[in-house]
Amino acid sequence: MVKVLDGLRGYGLIVGMWFRSTLAYRASFLLTTLGNAITSWLEFAGILIIFSHVDQLGGFSVGEVALMYATASCSLGLADLFLGNMDQLGARVRDGSVDTMLIRPVPLFAQVAADRFVLRRVGRIVQGLLVLGWALAQLRPGWSVLEYALLAGVIVCGAAIFGALWALGGAFQFWAQDAAQVQNSVTYGGNRLLQYPPTIYGTELVRGVTYVVPLAFVNWVPLLRLLDRDDPLGLPGWVDFLSPLVAVVMCALTALLWRVGVRSYRSTGS
Amino acid sequence: MRMSGLYRAVAGSSFRRYATYRVATAAGVFTNTVFGFFMSYTFIALWDQRPGLGGYDQAQALTFVWVGQGLLAATAVMGGGFREELQERIRTGEISIDLYRPVDLQLWWLAVDLGRSAFQLLGRGIVPVVVGGLIFELALPTDPLRWLLFGCALALGLLVAFALNYLVALMAFWLMDGNGLNMVSNLLGMFCSGMVMPLTVFPEGLGTVLQWLPWAALLQVPADVLLGRYAGGGAFAVLLFPLLWAVALLLLGRLVQAAATRRVVVQGG
Repeated sequence: MVKVLDGLRGYGLIVGMWFRSTLAYRASFLLTTLGNAITSWLEFAGILIIFSHVDQLGGFSVGEVALMYATASCSLGLADLFLGNMDQLGARVRDGSVDTMLIRPVPLFAQVAADRFVLRRVGRIVQGLLVLGWALAQLRPGWSVLEYALLAGVIVCGAAIFGALWALGGAFQFWAQDAAQVQNSVTYGGNRLLQYPPTIYGTELVRGVTYVVPLAFVNWVPLLRLLDRDDPLGLPGWVDFLSPLVAVVMCALTALLWRVGVRSYRSTGS
Repeated sequence: MRMSGLYRAVAGSSFRRYATYRVATAAGVFTNTVFGFFMSYTFIALWDQRPGLGGYDQAQALTFVWVGQGLLAATAVMGGGFREELQERIRTGEISIDLYRPVDLQLWWLAVDLGRSAFQLLGRGIVPVVVGGLIFELALPTDPLRWLLFGCALALGLLVAFALNYLVALMAFWLMDGNGLNMVSNLLGMFCSGMVMPLTVFPEGLGTVLQWLPWAALLQVPADVLLGRYAGGGAFAVLLFPLLWAVALLLLGRLVQAAATRRVVVQGG
């Protein structure tokens, strides 16, 4: 427990340092924050352009698709804010600067997670929440408090699953330093996938992201229950509530692989 | 060494430099292919309901997706080209060494970038399109003339891409840190080139404006040439669009370069 608190304290200190350093270039900081907000809006503009031509996509209305977009966006945004720089670990392994990190009195995971922390990523979360509000205003679901709580749970569990995937990709870079792009295909790619309803994709693809890379549990599976829709894979009803369990299993698996990765690290030796 | 030989050598070594990152290239191809899949399914759902949307049938729309994924790395529309490197040299002051070399700064980086994009066209462009063609029905032409015209449109598009990135990179002389501008530039590139969605599908007014902006030269124009949207003489005439933008933006780049280099102060010592 003390170790975890120590790690969090170290994480906080490094985050603070990077935050001050980004503020050194103020014009750039403002532009990046603005850019981050606009990037997220442009993605959503793509969805709105589609719905300017059709009333529904794969049987889902614009409000329902916006709900999928918003939950995926918030989950990815949270994971990206806290762990997004995991994908730069490969560069540090290559130039050997992991050595320096290993001898500092802060857990390596906390250091890598906080490395080059950028606050502007809050932009994506804020934008996701705004779209979430808009989607709920469109849908006007007669939900009880319980269902709203479930929706909040969807975002948190989704963030944990995305975060685990990011850290897993980071751990993988101990072996393959140049493969950072592969992890983008499950994180940013997963985000792109989950913004649209599962009915537009082939069954094989939906199976793959349910059983192999459990992206479907980020938002599809619980949202289909909330929206009273049929599951395209015809899974039993209790599966709809498995997201927390999937998140825990993914995090445990990541913790294990991270340790194996760190142990297999060999310095550059120059 | 004659000057033209020098730039050829620079381009060649840039090509070889990118060719050494084999794992990164394979990983990039994988990511482009995955995104191509996701986009294809969205486009199929859309074109199923609205056949002929934006003037494309479904096979043409899917071709647009896969050609776009194939050109993503070559056009460096999301970064990853020379831009970050040049900005870093400006920020650290190493640019002063580049400036007293007996070569032209713009041509040097143009050679570097063309070498890179030539490699990424081969290394990252072909496989996604082939995979896309194996899984989905694409509308790739068999007419060699159309491929030749596509090649010309693409070459001019790459020049426009360089010229835009060069302008963005030079802004580092004033801003020092290029991250913010890079982000805005990637965003404009993705949205205004047609990578997110063909520009003809955009709401009418916006779509028309975007089709006249230089980013259209990166994907919209080459893809339309490949898909045979321009018949006969029109296919040659449309090449004027990227040509004029390339000339204008390269000249603008020289003007900005002249203004920027007057600002450089080298610390003595």
